[in-house]
Amino acid sequence: MVRFENVGLRYGMGPEVVRDLNFSIAPQSFQFLTGPSGAGKTTLLRLMLLSLRPTRGTIHILGHDARALKKDDLTALRRRIGVVFQDFRLLDHLTTYENVALPLRAMGRAESGYRAEVIELLRWVGLGDRMNASPPVLSGGEKQRAAIARALIVRPELLLADEPTGNVDPGLARRLLRLFVELHRLGTAVVIATHDLQLMDQFGFARRLVVGDGEVTIFDGVSS
Amino acid sequence: MNEPVSDETLAPAAQAVLKRDMPLIPSGSIAGNALVVVIAIMTFLACLTAGGALLVARASENWRSEVLRDITIQLMPRPGDDLDSLVAKAVSAASQAPGVDRVHAYSAVESEKLLEPWLGTGLDLSLLPIPRLIVVHMRDQTGGELPGLRALLSRAVPQASLEDHRVWATRIGTMANAVVALAAALFVLMIVAMATAIGFATRGAVAANREIIEVLHFVGASDAFIAREFETHFRRLGFRGALIGGLSAIAFFFGASTLSAWWSHSTGGEEIAALFGAFALAPTGYLGLVLVGAAVTMLTGYLSRTIVSRYLHGLL
Repeated sequence: MVRFENVGLRYGMGPEVVRDLNFSIAPQSFQFLTGPSGAGKTTLLRLMLLSLRPTRGTIHILGHDARALKKDDLTALRRRIGVVFQDFRLLDHLTTYENVALPLRAMGRAESGYRAEVIELLRWVGLGDRMNASPPVLSGGEKQRAAIARALIVRPELLLADEPTGNVDPGLARRLLRLFVELHRLGTAVVIATHDLQLMDQFGFARRLVVGDGEVTIFDGVSS
Repeated sequence: MNEPVSDETLAPAAQAVLKRDMPLIPSGSIAGNALVVVIAIMTFLACLTAGGALLVARASENWRSEVLRDITIQLMPRPGDDLDSLVAKAVSAASQAPGVDRVHAYSAVESEKLLEPWLGTGLDLSLLPIPRLIVVHMRDQTGGELPGLRALLSRAVPQASLEDHRVWATRIGTMANAVVALAAALFVLMIVAMATAIGFATRGAVAANREIIEVLHFVGASDAFIAREFETHFRRLGFRGALIGGLSAIAFFFGASTLSAWWSHSTGGEEIAALFGAFALAPTGYLGLVLVGAAVTMLTGYLSRTIVSRYLHGLL
């Protein structure tokens, strides 16, 4: 599903922030991307989202060589990838319902065609009674869940989440993680960037990609 | 996930109150309102320039037309001539000529009055050989009927001279063309300034919405979709600004034409009327202002689309 071959990235003339990355992410897999702050977790996620081009090496995403992709191909590919940003990136002037429905609206689908789907997902993430609320009045946890729901609404094949539990208490973090696990069981490959070791330990089956000194070390999860 | 929920199973109350279909770009933002103000001011100024150019062009056309239609017959007094009789003959001959609309002979008193601005009042001008003037107003300004009039006149009153003002009219025409060209150049400059100002204001407003562009981009919206959303939004803002500016300009010209009717007989009023006509725009002039407003609306939409497309081009 995702394959990195000798990937390196530098910003401008600076040193390589990541180098010689060689790893794969299998379909329907579940992994944490971890490492200290500033190690390059977000950079790695941006490379997977194809919002950054590597300065060397090859990235294969969902069966495509990223170098050969044209702008239109990128758009089509992003519709198969869900992303949860660290800072949520919800649009403040839209309601929670509209924020979650945004990817479907952007695809040009009629509102009547996806209304039930969005309401169902909002109820699933526990925001059934906050559909008309706008992000500024949502709590941190509610914003997080809305951002996750927006990423899930297209039933992505690959889900990238950047510190999705960073702003919530441990109890809510576990509940949010269970959402991702359930999504993984439904067939989505999940990559979660986090530095919460305690949380990772609670989901020991997950593979860990540890970023440090610009390189990635992989630890396979414990089979349940 | 759980069992799918159909529209029918959703609580009707929940569906009824569901807020949806909000515009993707927020309306009423500070940057958006500032853009409307900029567009309104620039549209107003562009409309004033366009209207001014149209007024001057029409007035200059009137000057030329009046000058070219009027022909002057001059009769120099010579010893032994009965000037009144010669004037009557010349008037009769000119009236019979083809293409003549009306003929007006200046009486001796009227001719003397024409000299008052230069010689002053209260003088006895009867001893001066003041020529008598007959103004012939032609139906058209082409001068095609002039040879016929000249032939008739030379047969009836050989000593009469005919002045068709062509040389002066050419100079007036050149001046009028220069004034119109200047007004047109000012209008073009105004349009360029307006496009630049709107471009900057639009760029600022788009920058204020950069977050929206990026979110849409990363949730899978195509560049065409994002550009179209922004174009529609900014075209609406452009329309609001153009409507305010255009209506203000129309109100200005309407008010000015009403006022000019009042002051036309005041000191300096006639000179202003000569330059700008009655300060009244023709219906086509008002149509021109509407077109300026429409062009501003389209321009704003086009600029926003271009700016957003350029920004998206830089995003992977």
